[in-house]
Formats: sequence, structure tokens, C-alpha cells
Amino acid sequence: MAQESHSDIHSDAHDASNVTNPEHAEHHIVTPLQYCLVYVTLLVGTGITVLAAYKDMGALNPVVALFIACFKACIVILFFMHAKYQSRLIKMTIGSGFFLFLVLITMTMTDYISRAWGAW
Amino acid sequence: MDNAIANTHEVHDHVSLPQHRHHFETEEQQREAGSFGMWLFLLTEIMFFGGMFFAYLLYRNWYYPAFAAASNQLNVPMGAANTAILITSGFFMALGVWAAEMRKRQFLVWMLVLTTVFGCAFIGVKYFEYKEKYELHHIPGNNFSVAMFVNPQNYPQYPDTYSEKPLAPDMAQKTQVFFFLYFAMTGMHAVHMIIGIGLLFWLTWRAHRGDFSSGYVAPIENFGLYWHFVDIVWLFLFPLLYLINRHPLN
Repeated sequence: MAQESHSDIHSDAHDASNVTNPEHAEHHIVTPLQYCLVYVTLLVGTGITVLAAYKDMGALNPVVALFIACFKACIVILFFMHAKYQSRLIKMTIGSGFFLFLVLITMTMTDYISRAWGAW
Repeated sequence: MDNAIANTHEVHDHVSLPQHRHHFETEEQQREAGSFGMWLFLLTEIMFFGGMFFAYLLYRNWYYPAFAAASNQLNVPMGAANTAILITSGFFMALGVWAAEMRKRQFLVWMLVLTTVFGCAFIGVKYFEYKEKYELHHIPGNNFSVAMFVNPQNYPQYPDTYSEKPLAPDMAQKTQVFFFLYFAMTGMHAVHMIIGIGLLFWLTWRAHRGDFSSGYVAPIENFGLYWHFVDIVWLFLFPLLYLINRHPLN
């Protein structure tokens, strides 16, 4: 039984008490090649964000800068921090943390924007 | 014994190795619990830095001309170099985690040393940036000077500021708010770096002793998470403080 469920490691079936595989995640080792690719991507991203800052895009400048920063943060979290290879528990934890952060930002912004309507 | 729980308990040997304390059912469970705890800590850190990012967002909105002028005085080449330095440091840290997984003791020690060297280089560049702010009287407080922002034409050696329109004296005073947030945010980031460098010395010593080359990876892995988190904070600080005001809206 244990051997069978091991082949389908992400399945919760027939393992209600999480005995066969308590963490539901294979231990995965990210390879140096992957790290090198992430490293080069991050350096290229840094180059692009500096170049983009000196190009006049009006109101889009901060948007582009933040988009690139978010992209870089995502690949750091996914590969350098191994989030891509973690169990669903850890993925949910990370996701819910960022979601809570967005909720706090949105609620504070809502309060700020609605106090003196138009006088932002 | 057809009970699965009892069955696993039979094979459960009561070892007390650091990589498997006896109150965890399996080594993976222990590892998972460690990662889970580390991520919860990092989420509180996101809330902590997030508050400062939010303050920056609101004050930039209130005192936009002052924030644009003050931000454009920051040194982009130094900030960009520091971003590359920090990414490099993070890259070596990631390789260090791999080395610990593969039980390569000497390689791990070298990766931790390189992580430390680039971390120190970051603090070094930061020192020269702070020193420039000190010399220009851009540290908020009694000695703060708005000269550069009310008379930018007197500073041809700072081309970004030189080409700016002068600020009215009352708005120029608000550049102090920018510099206060600049020092608070980059300062707290630097404090995290310094704590990290301190931990790196300790981890390097332990790695040299061979603590992390027999399958016990958790301290290296969890420190890696912390170090990459500090990277991520800087990935947002750099564009928001240095870059997004180069073409101010009129």
C-alpha cells in the first residue's frame, strides 16, 4: 500500500490521516543550472528597469518599474526560495500572506481615498 | 496490527539527531515544520516593510514635487550596482543550499564566504551613499539643507538635480519627509543585512565544522529564505526610491 501511494505523491486519496506521506511533497533539489538561469534573468531585469526609468512613459513609468520588480520577486520566491517545489501547505501560507498584505493595503487605501473625495 | 498509525510508530526509531528530533514523525515533517515557521516569520516581515512602503506611497502622493526632486538626487549607478551585488550574493546563497543538499562541505563554505563578501560589498556601497547625503546636509533634522532643491542651478555637478525646476521653500522642506523615509527604509534593510552577515559568520563556522554536510540542511535552507527575502525588499526599494521619479508628471 505504501509503495503504491508513493508513486502518486501529490494524491490525498486513501491517506486521510496523512500517514503515508505527511507532507505531500517530494523533496526536490533545485539544480545549479536553474539557479544560473534565474541569476541571469534577475540581472537582465535590473538592466531593463534602469533603462525603462530613463524613458519618458508618463504615468506608466512607476507601473513598468513595479511590474518588473514584481516579476523579479516572483522568480526569487519560486526558485531561489524553492516555493515552486514546496508542499501545498507552504504554498498556501505564502499565498495567504501576500493576499493579507493586499487586503491591508486596499482597506487603508479605501479609507484614505474616501475621506476627502477628490482631494487626493 | 492493521492500524496504519500504529504501524508507522513501530518503525519510528527514537533518534535525537539534529535533522530528526524524536517529536517529529519523519524527517520531512520536521523540515516542513521548519520551513512553515520560517515563512510565517517572513510574512510578518512583509507586513513590517509593507507599512513603510505604504507610508512612502501616501507621502509621495501628498508632496509629489518634493519627492520627485529629492528622489532624483539619489545616485542611480550606485543603486543599480548595489542591486547587482545583492542579486549576486543571493545567487551564491542559493548555490550554498545546493551544496548543503549535496553534502559538499568545502563548496558550501566557499559559497557562504562569497555570500558574506557580496553582502559586505552592499553595505560598503551604502556607506558611500549615506556619506554623500551627510555632506549635502540631506539627513533630516536640524542640519537639513534645502539649498539643492530651491537653487538647483548652483549644483552643476549633479546633472539630474541641475535640470530640475526649483521648488518653492515650503515644498522644498517636504524633501525631509522623503529623506526620512529613505533612511528609515534603506536603514531597516541595512539592519537586516547586518544581522544576516552576523548569522553568515556563525553558519560559515558551523559549515566548516561539518554540521551541514551530513544531511542536516535546515539552518542553511532557512537562512537562505531570510537572505532572499532581504533581496526582495531591495528589489522594490531600488525602483521606488531611485527610479520612478526620473520623468515627473507636471
